[in-house]
Amino acid sequence: MAVKVRIPTPLRTLTNGVDIVELQGSTVGGLLNELSGKFEGMDKRLFKQPGELNRFVNVYVNDEDIRFLENLETPIKDGDDVSIVPAIAGG
Amino acid sequence: MSYVVGLRCRECHKQYPQKGVHVCEVCFGPLEVEYDYEAMKGKVTRESIAARERNLWRYRDLLPVDTEPRAGLNSGWTPLKRARNLEKHLGVKELYIKDDSANYPTWSYKERVVSVAITKAIELGYDTVGCASTGNLANSVAAHAAQAGLKAFVMIPHDLEQGKVLGSLIFGPTMVRIQGNYDDVNRLCSEIADKYGWAIVNVNLRPFYTEGAKTFGFEIAEQYGWKLPQHTVVPTAGGTILPKVYKAYHELIKLGLVEDNGPKIYSAQARGCNPVVDAIRAGRDLIKPVKPKTIAKSIAIGNPADGFYVVQAVKQSGGWGEDATDEEIVEAIKLLARTEGIWTEPAGGTTLACTIKLIESGRIPRDESICVSITGNGLKTVEVVQGHLEPPPSIPAKLEAFDAVVNGVRKAEPVTVGAGA
Repeated sequence: MAVKVRIPTPLRTLTNGVDIVELQGSTVGGLLNELSGKFEGMDKRLFKQPGELNRFVNVYVNDEDIRFLENLETPIKDGDDVSIVPAIAGG
Repeated sequence: MSYVVGLRCRECHKQYPQKGVHVCEVCFGPLEVEYDYEAMKGKVTRESIAARERNLWRYRDLLPVDTEPRAGLNSGWTPLKRARNLEKHLGVKELYIKDDSANYPTWSYKERVVSVAITKAIELGYDTVGCASTGNLANSVAAHAAQAGLKAFVMIPHDLEQGKVLGSLIFGPTMVRIQGNYDDVNRLCSEIADKYGWAIVNVNLRPFYTEGAKTFGFEIAEQYGWKLPQHTVVPTAGGTILPKVYKAYHELIKLGLVEDNGPKIYSAQARGCNPVVDAIRAGRDLIKPVKPKTIAKSIAIGNPADGFYVVQAVKQSGGWGEDATDEEIVEAIKLLARTEGIWTEPAGGTTLACTIKLIESGRIPRDESICVSITGNGLKTVEVVQGHLEPPPSIPAKLEAFDAVVNGVRKAEPVTVGAGA
């Protein structure tokens, strides 16, 4: 299943400037693990420890925050749009 | 001349030069302006501040600008008002209102953050500024950008109060209403800042922008006679102002300008959007985002950027958090108007309602000094009191008709709120 993952500016240094990466996976967690495997250094940026995202990493599936869904267990289907967004903005 | 050292990540402490970035590229933590406090000692004094004009730039030594201020030269220095009628009504000894409903030129605390952000945007060479806003920020950005000659794009949720929409449009910005709530607007603005390279004041200029909020705390201290109130109640939306009031108090303590009396800071939220207060009560650092549902639209931010730091500041200061229902908010708006002659918006109603609850629950002792932070003006949100006020009678221009009205009023013996009540 092909899913588009949007990479925010601060992480593009790891993806050689690429802003959208196509990945395979059945859950958000699986997808992010795959992303981590593909780009060196990504794991440390996304995860505090396995299964726990860093405090300031927000992940959205089709515009919905995964904290309103099933967090890293949130299922992914073909054509879904996943965004990684740094939390610190606004207010 | 500036005392700024640079930017530093609050989490992993990586240093950055001053530029339009707000997130640490290593850990996504927020970047914070760092100052050389040692160099300030003996130079930044009560006298050096008092010698400057009465606007928010009198504290410029503690603000992140290197050039002359380009916005907000008449902003700030709002009243710190002793609220004697409210004191009597609530049975407390010493209560103050820090009243940013009178801030110039768009009547909210946002002038403080925007004045710094606009000055910084010009310093960094931007020609376009923008914001994600629940209304007040958009008003302020539009006004200050107009006078500074910058292009402005202001983004708001689609369902804001008319006063807030028109209050931006009048200044001629490009306004875009986004179909979603503030958190959706905010997220879009992160992507806009990335793509267009504009200065989105509360996104990529956020480290500088938030520093402007400190002037709210500096003014409270100076106007109170270079002392700190023992209890300060502050509304929480995105979480900008509360940690900055805490920081302001502690910078003044560090510089020896005020005595450290252990000032406690309290977070006030609407019941329908209380993720920070919920975390404080539960003893959690983690903020669980919520979908806002409250009349207090200006503080309806379900995923607060600095929520974590609000919890930290409240905890470190020994304060607490409280929330208020929509009914309590409207009642508090009316109470403030009828006791002190101040018409605030729902954010201010929330703060006063929460202050009252904190007093009644014994969290805030009645015999200690209390400061209530009023951050916005009720004229922008007339909708929220509509239906809560008695409609005025319409009569023929005859004295008898007027007599009938007066007799009716006397018969009803309405409860008078405030002094003597």
